[in-house]
Order: sequence, then structure tokens, then C-alpha cells
Amino acid sequence: MAGIVGWGCHMPRHRVKVEEIAKVWGADAQAYKKGLNVQEKSVPAPDTDTITLSVTAARRAVARAGVDPAAIGACYVGSESHPYAVKPSGTTVAEVLGATPECRCADFEFACKAGTEAMTVALRLVDAGEVTYALGIGADTSQGAPGDALEYTASAGAAAFLMGADNLVAECEHTYSYMTDTADFWRREYQYYPQHAGRFTGEPAYFKHVLGCAKGILDKAGLKPEDFAYCVFHQPNGKFPATVAKKLGFKKEQWEQGLLCPLLGNTYSGSSPMGLTAILDVVKPGDRILHVSYGSGAGSDGFVFRCTDRIAEVQKLAPQTRELLEGERFYLQYGEYAKFRGKIIMNVKGA
Amino acid sequence: MPSASYTREIPQRYRLEAGKCSSCGKIYYPPRLVCVCGGRDFETVALSDTGKVVTYTIIRVGPSDFVEEVPYGLGIVEVDGGVRLMAQLVDVPLDDIKTGMPVRLEFRKIYQEGEAGIICYGHKAVPA
Repeated sequence: MAGIVGWGCHMPRHRVKVEEIAKVWGADAQAYKKGLNVQEKSVPAPDTDTITLSVTAARRAVARAGVDPAAIGACYVGSESHPYAVKPSGTTVAEVLGATPECRCADFEFACKAGTEAMTVALRLVDAGEVTYALGIGADTSQGAPGDALEYTASAGAAAFLMGADNLVAECEHTYSYMTDTADFWRREYQYYPQHAGRFTGEPAYFKHVLGCAKGILDKAGLKPEDFAYCVFHQPNGKFPATVAKKLGFKKEQWEQGLLCPLLGNTYSGSSPMGLTAILDVVKPGDRILHVSYGSGAGSDGFVFRCTDRIAEVQKLAPQTRELLEGERFYLQYGEYAKFRGKIIMNVKGA
Repeated sequence: MPSASYTREIPQRYRLEAGKCSSCGKIYYPPRLVCVCGGRDFETVALSDTGKVVTYTIIRVGPSDFVEEVPYGLGIVEVDGGVRLMAQLVDVPLDDIKTGMPVRLEFRKIYQEGEAGIICYGHKAVPA
């Protein structure tokens, strides 16, 4: 089966702390930090969007793969914050890489699991022999309404995976999807911020689908938690994925490497894929990884990857995810954050 | 509306493609049609995305598309291989910008043609 030949991650250097948001809304920062297990989140600068994050992540994936970008036959970006309503993000990414013009492209949307759907289609196109290499990207500059609980976590980042059939760093042994029509989180046309169903987003939505998908793929593969070196789940906050991991029987040393949310926030379509990049950065040949995403609406995609000997050769060929997460950061005050996220009503230029 | 000219400049804006004179080897970025040596044949070469700041200034009164970004650094960057180009210097405190500072060119939004127009992308320099 096809698999990953290169991976890349990117995130903004700007951050805002939970305390900074809480003091504006008169909220209890410690309660949010404890309740969500989130300390701070990434914030995209005004010159950063889903396309720019995707490009840098994809360049890093290509650098690790060491392939001619002209051989990339498909480029799929999954996001719920595509900069254009009409005009694909993927065309720009493919053009920057030099993958055009012989390249398939479409943007994917499925709340936070659009990235893993893009990864799945990229894998299957390679498996089908339609293309030599295909890019699957999950990226977002996610929005949360001011004062809403989402504002403490909605953040920005991207993960890119170049899929191929040869020279793999991780073979995809199994995939599985688990999906129902569940209205837990949505954004109607022309609405700026998403709405959510509060506590309904937990048990009937996130936990039902993530656990359903994880159990389904473990059954399909005939594998148990102890067969895996690492696991990573969608991270709407720092608590949900740890709860899922424990319910499934995974130990802390299996899930903590991929848990980025406490310092990164929820990067929506980039969330579990970025966690996967943090694992690929340190994994050893022969190790298995379980990856399960979640997208509201609602569904989960599951993957079982097994790493090859080549992975150790390419881990240092691009910046590693935890270096980006824990490296130099610039902390914003709420006013700067509001400006960066376009939350301030401005006069129209020239009016 | 400058969308058409922007689209024609995509190779240089997105992939840092320059023109290398087939006669004398001089590299031009952005590419041009005639070399100072008189040559008219150019090979397309991609510039390195790493280099150093040669000189810079701080923009405190910006042009209309950049007024919300002031103050910001604007520098001449010499990429590995010797070609020089102008780029905004971002993700760095203004006091930390120095000549000789190693930088990497990162893909960013440069400006947009109003709220309803196209978004124009290119490269900015970030600390390497």
C-alpha cells in the first residue's frame, strides 16, 4: 500500500496566552487552563493564511521526500478557512512547488477532518496508479467568536504529507472512516464565526466518532494499543484526546508526543495531522502509529502507519514540529491579537 | 485591475525564478529580456531561499496597502549565490534587525486588491 514519502509542518510564531483573553472577558483563566488543558495558542499574522501555511509545510514535505516537484500529480488542501470562497488554495500551493500544470487539484472541507480526507484521497490516487506523488494537506487559521469558549483554542497551523508508492518513510497499512450526520458545530454561509452546541460537542460528537473510528480500525487491522509506539487524536482541547487515549488503553508515553494543543491550540484541519508530524519527527523504523482525526458534522478518519528504515534519514531535513512549537515566540496583547485576526471594524480605504 | 500582470509574474513571485544570461552568466531577479552584455538568451534558475540582510530601513509611514503593518522592516537581502532582492523583514523585533542577519525567504501575503479583489502572495524574509 502507498504511504508517506515526506512530511512538513508550519505554524505562526505569534501566540496569545489564555490569561490575556480571559482578562478581556472577565473570565477565570485558571478554570479555562485547567478545563481545556491549554496554556496558549498560535495566532496568524495578517500576512499569514491557510495558503501561506500550506506552502511552507508542503515545501518541508518535499524537502524530506527529495523528489522532483514536477512529479506531484495531485495537490489537495483541507481547511475550513480557505482564503477564497471561490478559487482553490491548492492551485497556489502547487504553483509555488512547481507541480503545475499536470496536477489534479480541489479544496476539501469537512470541519476539522478536511485534512485527513485530503490525505486519504492522495493515498488512494497513488494506490490506484493515477499519480506518482500526491500531496494531502490539513491547514487552518481558525476563528472563534470573541468571548466564546472557542476563542481560547482556535489557532493556526498546517501539516503536509507527500504520498507515494516508493521510498516510503511510513507505509499506510490501514485506513477507516466513521461518519454520521451530527450537528455539533457549524457555520452558515456569510456568517463570520462558527456556532457550536456546547456540551453536545463531547459525548455524542467527538467521543462517539473518535472512539468509533479508533475501535473500527483496530478491529479491521487486528491490532491492539500495545502494537503501537504512538497514537494521535484530534485535539479540540488538551483534554479530549488524552481521555480518548486512556479509554482505548493507550499509555501516556504513546500519546504525549503528538499532543500539541496545550501550547498550540486547536488548528482545526491541521490539528491531528500536525500531531502526526511531531511523532514522525522522533519515531523509529518499524514503529506503528495510530492516527484518528475528527471533524464536526461529524466524522473521523483513521490511519495505521508503519515506519520504514528511511525515516531516520529524513527526520532532520526540515524543521521539526516541537522546535517550531517551543522555539522563539512573540506574545500578543489582546488588542494586537484582535487586529491580527481582523476583529476590529475599520473605515473602508478611500471612503 | 493589476490581476493579469500579477498572474504573469507568478514564476518569480512564487518560485523565485530568475533569468541567467546564457552569454555572461549574470543572474537577473526579476528576469529581464536583455542583459547588459547584450545577450538575449536566458536560462531560468531558482534563487536560494536563504541569505543575509545587506541593508534595511524601518518604514513608519507606509504606502496605502501597508499602513496597517507599520512600523515594519524593509531590507535588501542577498540570497546565497549573490543575487539581491528587496523584501519585508518580519517575525523579528525591529530592534533585532541587523545587517548581516541570516534570513530565510518565507511565502506570505504581500497585499490584496481590496476586500473583493485577488490576494497577492510573494516572499518575506524571516530570521533563519
